[in-house]
Amino acid sequence: MKYSVFSLLKNTLSGHKKWPAAWRDPQPKKDYEVVIIGGGGHGLATAYYLAKVHGISNVAVLEKSWLGSGNVGRNTTIIRSNYMLPGNNPFYEWSMKLWEGLEQDFNFNAMVSQRGVLNLCHTDPQRDAFARRGNAMRIDGVDAELLDAEGVREMYPFLDFNNARFPIKGGILQRRGGTVRHDAVAWGYARGADSRGVDIIQNCEVTGIKTVKGKVVGVGTNKGFIGCKKLGLAAAGNSSEVAAMAGLKLPIESHVLQAFVSEGLKPYIDGVVTFGAGHFYVSQSDKGGLVFGGDIDGYNSYARRGNLPMVEHVIEAGVAMIPGLARVRVLRSWGGIMDMSMDGSPIIDKTSIDGLYLNAGWCYGGFKATPASGWCFAHTIAHDELHKLNAAYRLDRFRRGYMIDEKGQGASPNLH
Amino acid sequence: MLIKCPHCGTRPVEEFTFNGDASIQRPTSNDPATMDQWFDYVYLRDNPKGRFDEYAHHSSGCRAWLVVTRDTQTHEIFNVVTARDYAKKRVAS
Repeated sequence: MKYSVFSLLKNTLSGHKKWPAAWRDPQPKKDYEVVIIGGGGHGLATAYYLAKVHGISNVAVLEKSWLGSGNVGRNTTIIRSNYMLPGNNPFYEWSMKLWEGLEQDFNFNAMVSQRGVLNLCHTDPQRDAFARRGNAMRIDGVDAELLDAEGVREMYPFLDFNNARFPIKGGILQRRGGTVRHDAVAWGYARGADSRGVDIIQNCEVTGIKTVKGKVVGVGTNKGFIGCKKLGLAAAGNSSEVAAMAGLKLPIESHVLQAFVSEGLKPYIDGVVTFGAGHFYVSQSDKGGLVFGGDIDGYNSYARRGNLPMVEHVIEAGVAMIPGLARVRVLRSWGGIMDMSMDGSPIIDKTSIDGLYLNAGWCYGGFKATPASGWCFAHTIAHDELHKLNAAYRLDRFRRGYMIDEKGQGASPNLH
Repeated sequence: MLIKCPHCGTRPVEEFTFNGDASIQRPTSNDPATMDQWFDYVYLRDNPKGRFDEYAHHSSGCRAWLVVTRDTQTHEIFNVVTARDYAKKRVAS
């Protein structure tokens, strides 16, 4: 059914008791044309665009837990396309364009809110670096505005402008950036894919990948063997584990990233603000809670919980930026497992195994990329070749020396 | 997470800086023919879910390089040795 004001009125009259389920709960068929491992944002988006753009609807998405239980429901909901390097920026800008039309496209309210993303700078060299990045963005047709301290003060007067150590000198603003209701992204893509014939199979854990003569023929799962012609891996933090089932070793480490939400407050921060002297980013949800986060904990982890030192570090950065935060109480914190790649950029590519495709290495920037990642991965799977938007996201770029290292940290995943 | 440093005793995790997989071995040759070994060493990781040997620098303590054997799912710590002892044991085996 199509959601509209009429369907809302109709269901209001029947007391909201007759809404149909948003997607089916099917048993797996014996085989599919395409199987996607991972029912998170990227896997569901891939299935959606396979069905919608490429007309391939004989697709199953296998999710080991419940739909959207991973990082798509654990991130801080920020969308932006303020990257600098050529391989990255056109891709993320395409993602932004897809966000802008997403709700009409998949007929679901994802609360896409382009409320602006502001990165603060605290030194003259940092401002120069921002000016350079802003220019790189504008070359790719992305909006970027360099603000001075007064420009920032007009937007957020409560920031600590005269901090003794990290005074605020200005910032770079992308007005088209913002936030999206993250769960609704998973639900919208799931519903859109399901209505086009894709089977979304929850609580279905993949236990093995079967290949014959270097070609994928199917996957073993806790619900039995499922055959497929093509197999897409979109397993985020578990990418190494899943790829190992096919004998692949990836340039990826798994790390834990924590996120936090405060008690509900009256409207306080209407955009997204990031601290430039440490890693801290904050926005306010429509419920009023401040949603914020920082860096990964720094050690390899598959535990979806972090340690207290990083909690303290994040809060310290927050209070250095907004002294008023010292009076706010944190409601809860949680962790998600990030697939940290060796250059901080993702991989959307074919592999050495026929019919096996890889979507991984999103570090902690995967949420904003969800639409373009699914769109490009669907293209790569459907045509067995890369689209020009993900042409730089090759798996073999590390061997060839074509890294996309925005932070310039080298092959140290815990520093990206 | 508490880590028992061989020199300093049991210390909190924030005193340590982590530097990834300790089990990988640096190739000894500069011969361009060994580029594949170098590629494996620099970029590829087993990234295990479970028991994991990891470099930890006691950066806010004795500044010794250690190897901590930890479960990456439960954070249970099985063993802590100095990086030197870890390397010696590897050479001996």
